[in-house]
Amino acid sequence: MSILDWFPKKKAVSASGNNKLSIPNDLWVKCFCCNKIIYLKDLNDNFKVCLKCNYHFRLTPEERISYIFDKNSYNETNPNIESVNFLDFKDTRNYSERLASAQKKTSHKSAVITGTAKIDKQTVNTGIMNFAFLGGSMGSVVGEKITCLFEDAVKNKYPVVIFTSSGGARMQEGIISLMQMAKTSAAISKLSEASVPYITVLCDPTTGGTSASFAMLGDILIAEPGALISFAGPRVIEQTIRQKLPEGFQRAEFLLKHGMIDCVTHRKELKATLSKVITMLIPYNKKVNKLQKISGKNIKKDISK
Amino acid sequence: MKVLDFENKLLSLYDKINQLKALSEEGSIDLSKEIARIEQRAELLKKNIYSRLTPQQIIQISRHQNRPDSLSLINLIFDDFVELHGDRLYGDDRALIGGLAQIQQERVVVIGHQKGHDTRSNIDRNFGMPNPEGYRKALRLMKLAEKFNLPVITFIDTPGAFPGIEAEERGQAEAIARNLKEMSALSVPIISFIIGEGGSGGALGIGVANKLYMLEYSIYSVITPEGCASILFRDAKKSDIAAELLKITAKDITELNVADDIVKEPLGGAHHNWEVTASNIKSFILSDLQKYKKIKNNKVIIEERYNKFRNLGQFSN
Repeated sequence: MSILDWFPKKKAVSASGNNKLSIPNDLWVKCFCCNKIIYLKDLNDNFKVCLKCNYHFRLTPEERISYIFDKNSYNETNPNIESVNFLDFKDTRNYSERLASAQKKTSHKSAVITGTAKIDKQTVNTGIMNFAFLGGSMGSVVGEKITCLFEDAVKNKYPVVIFTSSGGARMQEGIISLMQMAKTSAAISKLSEASVPYITVLCDPTTGGTSASFAMLGDILIAEPGALISFAGPRVIEQTIRQKLPEGFQRAEFLLKHGMIDCVTHRKELKATLSKVITMLIPYNKKVNKLQKISGKNIKKDISK
Repeated sequence: MKVLDFENKLLSLYDKINQLKALSEEGSIDLSKEIARIEQRAELLKKNIYSRLTPQQIIQISRHQNRPDSLSLINLIFDDFVELHGDRLYGDDRALIGGLAQIQQERVVVIGHQKGHDTRSNIDRNFGMPNPEGYRKALRLMKLAEKFNLPVITFIDTPGAFPGIEAEERGQAEAIARNLKEMSALSVPIISFIIGEGGSGGALGIGVANKLYMLEYSIYSVITPEGCASILFRDAKKSDIAAELLKITAKDITELNVADDIVKEPLGGAHHNWEVTASNIKSFILSDLQKYKKIKNNKVIIEERYNKFRNLGQFSN
């Protein structure tokens, strides 16, 4: 018998401590990164970025719209396209059931919403991926909506801004989901020919089939701080090479350092950055013509000053 | 040669035949009738086994270590071949090979994933899993083909693009994405053959083709059945169920309009006879080259490829 047995054992105390504190759900949130408790209103006022550690919370499409686009400027296109379980895929749950519960959870019909909107009065074609919808995975519907978005842009010439957040291809649609990578990328080659700017905002996480297709093909690649951006997921790599991965591996800052993206931009600055980039990319003549139309006189000289 | 588990029964029949043959050679007993009878049974069994393979068994054949590799097929199919190396940016990927080739009077650029046949050669070829420099080499060769108006032939045989630290650092996702975009707009015809494993983005990276053909016992999948099973069932051992669900066989992929046709393999699989496999592929290449030679307008070739992928996808609206 050890002397320690004389003393009563200490109760296990959990470090996370969220189980004992009774906090109303709608007032406070815990940061996923630093575990600090944040007043929800402060978090929302700060674009859903942790005030303590700068962690960028994942956003719903509605939040994204409110942070980036001019008020009431967003118009959705193709809202009714829906996935079908054409392979009759059933694992632990039927794919149709998974779709239905994702639709209920997110109140969206698919993992991406597309449309037109304005950033500082400049019209853009935009796509916003929704990680909450089956991991933002790309199946036929995401592929089709993104392709339509590029095709619209070839016609209307407005720049394309896509916010990516996706685990990759949707395996419940088998090989057809892989083909969406080729389909969306092919549409981008037509967009390039038409010289329409395409800006990708890489949000957490952008991996697999999405990063290896339209996400990495932007003329300008902007990433949110800390976003995981990769081809293979960290777990797959660890299993393959049987090594621990270095700190910060595959995060936005890591990609910046390796020359894979143009910039890492805080969510607070994102709208201003997008606005500037678009202004600087739109063909000069087009801008002049537009301004001429507005003012009704020749202002070419003023601009060139 | 490595024997697959479902071939064991067959193998024991062949053993018996060999034993009887040895016996009849030794002694004076005439066993030829007996031998013929068992041989007949073996042939029947063989046909029986290979006519109803499960997806899991087809995967085993597609990964067979004696399955013909790209370089061997290239040497059997083409009259002449000059291998070209390097991406001019970082290095030369030994898991993805390519070069100039000639078949009868036709000149082409040929590109393919390269696997080995034993541990040593597989390590040398990184098990057919390319790094970004592999995809960039492939793109360089395709641009070369475009410049000199040469059709592109690709052989797909990879478990997937390599998931490693350096591959990520050098932009594996970007390298594959760029290939998809550039291939879709290439002004020369691209004809692809899946000769073994068609592993996800790593396969598609050289597979955005006008025509895609699959060898009879090859597979094409968005994720390995093992990976799929470990995500969906939290158990990689349930890969046989995942293999069924994912619809990865040549027959399934053709029915889904992703592959255009199936190239027959010798009975038992391509590993039993490389020459026959090569000549079956050759006839597909020759007939397509004749067909595309007649198309003088390169825009038609680009549009054909674009429309093929544009129309893939099933949804309700």
